[in-house]
Amino acid sequence: MHNRMNIEKTSDFKGYLIKALSLNKKYTHLVIISLVLSMLSSILTIIGPDKLKEITNIITLGLMTKIDINKINKIATVLLIIYILSFIFNYIQGLIMASVTNKFSKDLRSNISNKINKLPLSYFDSTTIGDILSRVTNDVDTLGHNLNQSLVTLISALTTFLGSIVMMFYTNGILAITAILSSIIGFSLMIVIVKKSQKYFTSVQNELGEVNGHIEEVFSGQNIVKVYNATDEMMNKFDKLNDKLFEDSRKSQFYSGLMHPIMGFIGNFGYIAVCIVGALLVIKGNISFGVIVAFMIYVRLFTSPLSQFAQGMSTLQSASAASERVFKFLAEEEMINETDNVKLSKKDVKGNIEFNNVKFGYNKDKIIIKDFNASIKSGQKIAIVGPTGAGKTTIVNLLMKFYNIDSGDIKIDNVSINKITRENIHNLFTMVLQDTWIFNGTIKDNIVYNKKNISDGKIKEVCSLVGLDHYIKTLPNGYDTVLGDNDNLSSGQKQLLTIARAMIDDKPFIILDEATSNIDTRTEKIVISAMNKLTKNKTSFIIAHRLSTIKNADLILVMDKGNIVEQGTHEELINKNGFYAELYNSQFQTSN
Amino acid sequence: MIKILKNLQKKEVLFIIISIIFIVLQVWLDLKIPEYMSNITRLIQMNNANINDILKEGLWMLACSFGSLILAIFVGYFAAYVGTSFEKKLRRNMFEKVESFSMEEIQKFSTSSLITRTTNDITQVKMFLILGIQMFAKAPIMASMAIMKIIGKEWTFSLITIIGVLIILVLSVVLIFVAIPKFKKVQKLTDDINKITRENLTGIRVVRAYNAEDYQLNKFENVNDDLTKTHMFTQKLMAIVSPVMSTIMSGISLAIYWTGAYMINKALLMDKINIFSDMVVFSSYAVQVIISFMLLVAIFIIYPRASVSISRINEVLNTNSKIKDGTISKGNNLKGDVEFINVSFKYPDAEEYVLKDISFKVHTGEVIGVIGSTGSGKSTLVNLIPRFYDATEGKILVDGIDIKDMKLEYLYNKLGYISQKAILFKGSVRDNISLGKINNKKVNKDVINESLNIAQAESFVNKMDKGINSDLSQGGTNVSGGQKQRLSIARAIARNPEIYIFDDSFSALDYKTDYNLRKKLNKYTKNSTKFIVSSRIGTIKDADKILVLDNGILVGIGSHKELLKTCKVYKEIAESQLSKEELENA
Repeated sequence: MHNRMNIEKTSDFKGYLIKALSLNKKYTHLVIISLVLSMLSSILTIIGPDKLKEITNIITLGLMTKIDINKINKIATVLLIIYILSFIFNYIQGLIMASVTNKFSKDLRSNISNKINKLPLSYFDSTTIGDILSRVTNDVDTLGHNLNQSLVTLISALTTFLGSIVMMFYTNGILAITAILSSIIGFSLMIVIVKKSQKYFTSVQNELGEVNGHIEEVFSGQNIVKVYNATDEMMNKFDKLNDKLFEDSRKSQFYSGLMHPIMGFIGNFGYIAVCIVGALLVIKGNISFGVIVAFMIYVRLFTSPLSQFAQGMSTLQSASAASERVFKFLAEEEMINETDNVKLSKKDVKGNIEFNNVKFGYNKDKIIIKDFNASIKSGQKIAIVGPTGAGKTTIVNLLMKFYNIDSGDIKIDNVSINKITRENIHNLFTMVLQDTWIFNGTIKDNIVYNKKNISDGKIKEVCSLVGLDHYIKTLPNGYDTVLGDNDNLSSGQKQLLTIARAMIDDKPFIILDEATSNIDTRTEKIVISAMNKLTKNKTSFIIAHRLSTIKNADLILVMDKGNIVEQGTHEELINKNGFYAELYNSQFQTSN
Repeated sequence: MIKILKNLQKKEVLFIIISIIFIVLQVWLDLKIPEYMSNITRLIQMNNANINDILKEGLWMLACSFGSLILAIFVGYFAAYVGTSFEKKLRRNMFEKVESFSMEEIQKFSTSSLITRTTNDITQVKMFLILGIQMFAKAPIMASMAIMKIIGKEWTFSLITIIGVLIILVLSVVLIFVAIPKFKKVQKLTDDINKITRENLTGIRVVRAYNAEDYQLNKFENVNDDLTKTHMFTQKLMAIVSPVMSTIMSGISLAIYWTGAYMINKALLMDKINIFSDMVVFSSYAVQVIISFMLLVAIFIIYPRASVSISRINEVLNTNSKIKDGTISKGNNLKGDVEFINVSFKYPDAEEYVLKDISFKVHTGEVIGVIGSTGSGKSTLVNLIPRFYDATEGKILVDGIDIKDMKLEYLYNKLGYISQKAILFKGSVRDNISLGKINNKKVNKDVINESLNIAQAESFVNKMDKGINSDLSQGGTNVSGGQKQRLSIARAIARNPEIYIFDDSFSALDYKTDYNLRKKLNKYTKNSTKFIVSSRIGTIKDADKILVLDNGILVGIGSHKELLKTCKVYKEIAESQLSKEELENA
């Protein structure tokens, strides 16, 4: 992930960085202090060699006679203080930056997490979970860390770079030019290599993706691969991908490995050039020996920022790529803010629902619900049936205001749902879905969820109702058993748990979307009787594959291709001998 | 580490040896440079140098430096070769190993863990190997050679260097002991952040339906706080490293010059120049020594991470599949007979049996329904036939031969298995249908079309952009659940197997498609034995034999009619799904 970041070119390199920096505003003063400290510390480091030069000069001057120890002590003490100050500045800078970086990352993470709750559900239809997760962790880390780090690196490198140029020219022009020229030769070599290696890096990332994809696929489909005698076939494909990856990986690895020795050579090269030219100048009597000593250090100070620039730019690049991903996510269109013109309270709601000419499509060009009309009376048990893709779950999504309808209206107690807030609607509906959702936590946590003041007695009561109480008691920690990676609940039991969760929530409307399809039919009987207790006197919607579940519904809505094609009770529909009857009978028909 | 290095091939070992020799040479050349500088210093101070002498020394320096660069490039080349080729080999070994695993081993590790081990962990090891070749060899060589250079010279200078090294070592030890546990905690908290976010995303409808957004956010913020605090702590600890390092580097030069001045002052006239040139050169060597110790420390910091990866990889490589291949690869006249003789099964280490003492026999062309409640062992029963697991006790015969004695490939040639969750691979529809081999041959195009037709998949495949050549994305995410299932059924039909195993494969289909598919299938596969696992009674009620399982025990076997009369469990299941009339009609 991190590597890929380095290569991804953002469409708007500066724009996303500026965005990131502006979010950093809260900490601007700290960042500035830290930058100033790192500049100061760099400047102090640059003064160092000059003092060392003075010491050397004093020594050479008194080499044959007597060295002026007092003077040396004085200069050395100053130098020592300089080093200590530089250390302190550097350290404080590091501390401040660590704190800014982490607070900044924390803000970003909070923003993303907050954003998840504000996005319309349609956003998640087209995004994978892995993608959002990598934004919360990888991208935020990359952005937070790299942005601030590269700022400090770049500023201190720039200071050192400029400072050492100034000091070199101040000390000796000829040697300064020697040092700079020799470094430039080295660096042009490096730029050539960087350019050349770039394409290998990109292809390595792509090929790595392919190899990993293949591995993932084969490992997850291991059974099939084996039984179909496809092991060799998969191995051959793997070898092909793996060999291709190896070739490019070897090259990219080689090129990136070149950086280090070449940097070393540039350093040495500058050092040697300075030594030779310096020595010649000393002999001619143009400079003192101390100048060479100073330059030996200046060369190092001068060349190292150049590589830091390269490094700083590449981290900035990856920060920008991460920033793009983070801020694109944060900039996604949120759900419209609603004003609650009308508020329906749980107690007063009668429970009538009306669908008037409802039209909806997840995409504008693909209408799922064409012209849906239905009128539901308070306390009725409504079943929605139909073949896969008929739009059953979509109706629920619209009712819950997870998606907004394109045209038409849905009314609860004669109030259009457009006039009620989502929060208010959610307060009226209990929902159990086909995909059981159990989170990391105890059984009790999972049942109580976000409700407050639920007594243990109440929890036990609902669990007995769904037939879970006995099983939970056999677990070593009972209701405090942590549900997590090592599953001790079967998928059916998990579903019962979510039903228990729903039962604790006493709300006027109930939606069961394929809630019993994970449960075997015998357990289902227990659940259905529990459900009947739950749905008594309440308006309820039941979507089910198994038609046996819904036979006693007050009203069955038979859907096909986004419309209601039939409605009535089970007997009425069977007697009609139409679509429903066909659907119903197909489950018993003999196939021979 | 050593164990894993056994995966290195001869060529790679040779490359490593050459690299080490080159590194020794390179370090020798690097350390030669200050020596020439020392000569230059002496020449200058003697006051009798001529330009040629200095240029000569200078050229030597340049030659050494260039030679060192060339050597380093070679070492880089070898290291890159060894690292990536090792990675390739290791990845292949892992892949091959996992392919040989049975369900038991796969479940022991979990698929996702096997994937990370084959991808991330191997990359970690490669990076460590490449760094290791370059640095691990270089650091001690450089340290010892640099120490050799200075050891004969002034001991005060050596003492200063030693103090510098000690400071670095002490600091590193402290950091390693204080910071590494915290690093592990950071890792764990990052996992937690991921977990909570994943939880929020997978349950987004539930979260919203319960108005629990704030509840989730609270949970997230708690971990976020913890993570930030721990992160900050480690980073503040680490913040001291870079200032200490740079202060030591500059401090050593200062200390050497400072003490040098005193020493020169005290020395006799002739020694003065020697001490002076030593002093200048010494400061360069001392820096080299310090740098090499820093490198060593860096390796100790990276090693724990690589070491975790290595042990995770070894764990996989050292595991052998419990399923041993048999020898029989030639059959008899039987085609599609399956017999279970007192078969019991339990998961390793588990106490409870999943299946207990199951015996039955089925013949060519029969349809066998398997029904029972969740957790009754229906899937496990049919999973024993392709040897995803081996029976703990008892025997399973296919065509009269114990499946443990059969060559796996031969056994697989007889089977058409369709899993509960449809599994498709990246590639065209055609590639997916013609997956693998049957009797060492690929299936041909006509067969593919016919099987698509039977599996009720022809119409939607024809509607796809390129028909049968349309691409499926990884995991088949560009087709719906029901379509995936139909394709995976077509894949089995294309093999025209003796025995079909449908492991709850119809559950993603609506009743109508389910019905049509089974009707066509029955016509086409008259001569094949079919196992159909389902919880829908409608799907299996026409079967020749129905096996009824309850908590791993075979409580009934017979036709729908018979079972309604004789089997209580079956009757209960039937009553819960069928209406009175239907029961009576039976």
